[in-house]
Amino acid sequence: MVGFIARRLVQSLFVLFVMTLIVFFGVNVIGNPVYIFASSECNQACVNGIIADLGLDRPVWEQYFVFVGNALSGDLGNSFTFGVPAMSLIWERLPATLELAFAALVIALGLGLPLGILAGLRPDAISSRLIMGVSTLGFSVPVFWIGLILIMVFSVQLGWLPSIGRGDTVSILGLEASFLTLDGLSHLLMPAFTLSLFMLAMVIRLTRAGMREVLHADYVKFARANGISETRILSVHVMKNILIPIVTVLGMEFGGVIAFAVVTESIFSWPGVGKMLIDAIAVLDRPLIVAYLVFVVFMFVIINLLVDILYSVLDPRVRLGGGAR
Amino acid sequence: MTRAVDTPPALAVEDLRTAFFTDAGRLDVVDGVSLTLRRGEILGLVGESGSGKTMTGFSITGLIEPPGRIVGGSVKLAGEELVGADRARLRALRGRRIAMVFQDPMMTLNPVLRIETQMTDALLAHASMSRAAARAKVRDALAEVGIAAPDERLRAYPHELSGGMRQRVAIAIALLHEPDVVIADEPTTALDVTIQGQILALVQRLCRERGTGLVWITHDLAVVAGIADRIAVMYAGRIVEEGPVDDVLDRPAHPYTRGLIASVPVPGRRERLPQVPGRMPSLLELPPGCAFAPRCAQAAEACRARPDLLPVGPARAARCHFPLVETEAAR
Amino acid sequence: MSAGAVTRPEQAGPVDPAGAPRPAEASAFAAVARAYARSLIAMTALVVFAIIAVAALLAPWIAPQNPYDLTQVDLLDNLLPPGSESFSGQIYWLGTDGQGRDILSAILYGLRISLLVGLASGVIALLIGAAVGLVSAYRGSWLDATIMRIVDLQLSFPTILVALILLVILGRGVDKIVFALVVVQWAYFARTVRGVALVENSREYIEAARGLKLGHLRILFGHLLPNCMPTLLVVATVQVASAISLEATLSFLGLGLPPTQPSLGLLIANGFDYMQSGRYWISLLPGVVLLVTIVSINVVGDRLRDVLNPRLAR
Repeated sequence: MVGFIARRLVQSLFVLFVMTLIVFFGVNVIGNPVYIFASSECNQACVNGIIADLGLDRPVWEQYFVFVGNALSGDLGNSFTFGVPAMSLIWERLPATLELAFAALVIALGLGLPLGILAGLRPDAISSRLIMGVSTLGFSVPVFWIGLILIMVFSVQLGWLPSIGRGDTVSILGLEASFLTLDGLSHLLMPAFTLSLFMLAMVIRLTRAGMREVLHADYVKFARANGISETRILSVHVMKNILIPIVTVLGMEFGGVIAFAVVTESIFSWPGVGKMLIDAIAVLDRPLIVAYLVFVVFMFVIINLLVDILYSVLDPRVRLGGGAR
Repeated sequence: MTRAVDTPPALAVEDLRTAFFTDAGRLDVVDGVSLTLRRGEILGLVGESGSGKTMTGFSITGLIEPPGRIVGGSVKLAGEELVGADRARLRALRGRRIAMVFQDPMMTLNPVLRIETQMTDALLAHASMSRAAARAKVRDALAEVGIAAPDERLRAYPHELSGGMRQRVAIAIALLHEPDVVIADEPTTALDVTIQGQILALVQRLCRERGTGLVWITHDLAVVAGIADRIAVMYAGRIVEEGPVDDVLDRPAHPYTRGLIASVPVPGRRERLPQVPGRMPSLLELPPGCAFAPRCAQAAEACRARPDLLPVGPARAARCHFPLVETEAAR
Repeated sequence: MSAGAVTRPEQAGPVDPAGAPRPAEASAFAAVARAYARSLIAMTALVVFAIIAVAALLAPWIAPQNPYDLTQVDLLDNLLPPGSESFSGQIYWLGTDGQGRDILSAILYGLRISLLVGLASGVIALLIGAAVGLVSAYRGSWLDATIMRIVDLQLSFPTILVALILLVILGRGVDKIVFALVVVQWAYFARTVRGVALVENSREYIEAARGLKLGHLRILFGHLLPNCMPTLLVVATVQVASAISLEATLSFLGLGLPPTQPSLGLLIANGFDYMQSGRYWISLLPGVVLLVTIVSINVVGDRLRDVLNPRLAR
């Protein structure tokens, strides 16, 4: 178990190293941020001053080491446009993104599990075919388009739900949350649903596939042969087997959900880190872009690591097998 | 309730028919099976794989799943009809009055639930008691099937136990409520030989002690010879011969039974054993008459007609136009 | 209940020197086509996609106007709803956008670019992925292990994140988004092909081919690759659909294509601002076309999977 975690840790660090290299050098090849700061009257001396200020006169590799050194102490540089540390901007906007992502997770599980169970119990029923057909759409239809349709129907035509921003928030534990006010909830609903679509489709599929497999397993038949009630068999004996892969996959997808929040946040002007990235790209705010990418990759690697550990905790077979899969 | 003068047998199966409705056609996996099991009696139900013996077991307990279903006949558990009984009633009987042990102990126990959860679930399905009392009871049940350190085993997950131990757990679960009838579907096939012997002796002892009727489904005649009182041989969904185990094994009446007996290895002899030639035909393309005729050395014109299960001696019957033992009718 | 499984008679066909099973190709194709045609939905999807593809191909000839030729666009005609008539008597069947462009024409031109990007990236990714996967399976050992490690690693990252990073670095352009999509997709093909090739590689006829000392290339491309084709075809269909979808998403974010080459995604983005004021058609109609395109390709892919490989069917 320890060896397993250590191996994954080393691998994660390596991935992080490679990703910072790609992101840092990649982003440094594009554009010239000097002209963002230099006014039209700025002469060469003034430009050189700005270059020195930004540390751009030093060799690229030296800039990288300075960058990594600072990054290790939690400093990913100052935003060109805001003039404040990029990380503070990220921390400021992260709660909004996390709230959106968790709301999407709740919707995916809350809707996906019952629908998947329904489709798994009666695979040939028309309702089940309908559920599966719609879930196929969830995989193939571009999510941003669904968001647009939702806005068109519920905001523009019906006027039921607002389409921009977070609405009223309440501060809990120092973090702003939308879901505790009615106004905030009405703002959260559409973006969260949009973001959840992919996960929702996946939960439905996994639940159905799990039901189909587990319901025919000998141990379920044995449980029936022992007269255990169907409710108990379904809610404990079957569900625990199904939930293991679902939790694992959802955990792995959660990083992807945060990455995909970029799209959802842009559509609904949700003030999270994704919206911030798109804005930063538009004005070529390099440190902010790099900070976001490094941060997301970091988060992603951590999530993957946690999911691996969680999986081994959840599934007794893996736990004792020492990570052998 | 007053007891009738002649108590009904623990299990009486009458002309039971189960069919699977597949895309390829209708498969009569159980085709008119009749069996009687008295309390404390052990019946060996023998046949090759695909002969319908497992499906007979599932039909008796009402565990046939679509696309299969029972299409006819009757199953009476101590006089109570199970075919057509509602689901709640079946659930109430299963595990309490009639229990099953499955073939593969690796697949029988839920991989993600502790032994304790699985056992107490089975216990509390038919008894109301506190969790602590349930735990004490299942702990004793484990000890009774010969599991050392039962407290420790209760906390374990199935994969932490050996195959033999898992089968003991399954047997403990099946016997929790001291059922009238236990149907054991090849419970020793997946185990190695020494463990087989132990499990066999264990089940035999427990059933005798409690007067439990036992249907032991197997393809292994040697096992039946060691454990059973009576034997029923199945072929292509039908019973082709039945009778007291010693009589049938000493003087088989059906050519198929004789073939099976000849293929049982005898300790100390190393010659190649004669197998029954050919394979069991697909249920989709059964011959119109005797299902065994295509593989039978003595098949004749008469075998084009379907033979009935007819008496061939005291408490014996065979489904053959030319039984190998003399019948009263032929005499 | 496999008791009733019907065994099929051995397929008779020309056999090549190494003994590879090679069914007569024309009849195999006909059989697949017949099996495919049994699904009405799949046939409809195929016809719909064919219409879309032809429309995209012929866009410069069938579109009422060239929406990017400023001499043909009249700013005074902007934001007209579908069915409106222009000052010059032309009817805008699907309305016009903020610059007075005919939406129908813009959709046809946009479709062209969306399909081009999707197909180009799909085909290039297929070639690269298939080559890598084949070599990986054929060579095995450390090369296989290394390649598969990289593939797993890449697949563990969300596609949008990888594409986002690349496009931030590369900037806008058709070539750039194709490159980004290839990077995102090649790993799927590599893994798929390797999986199939590994199975084939252990078959007797490959052993025989190796024994006959046929060249590596001949074994790879003459024997292994043809057996991977059905699976590849299915994966490619799905990947082209998801590439089109991803490109639309990226363009919507302003990351993919330059405004001079608007795909459907960019058209939708352009119309987004007008949606709030009720001018739905500018965004909605390109979106409907995008949706129909993606769904029809996916339906075709699903049916192909059912027909070509029953084992994969759910």
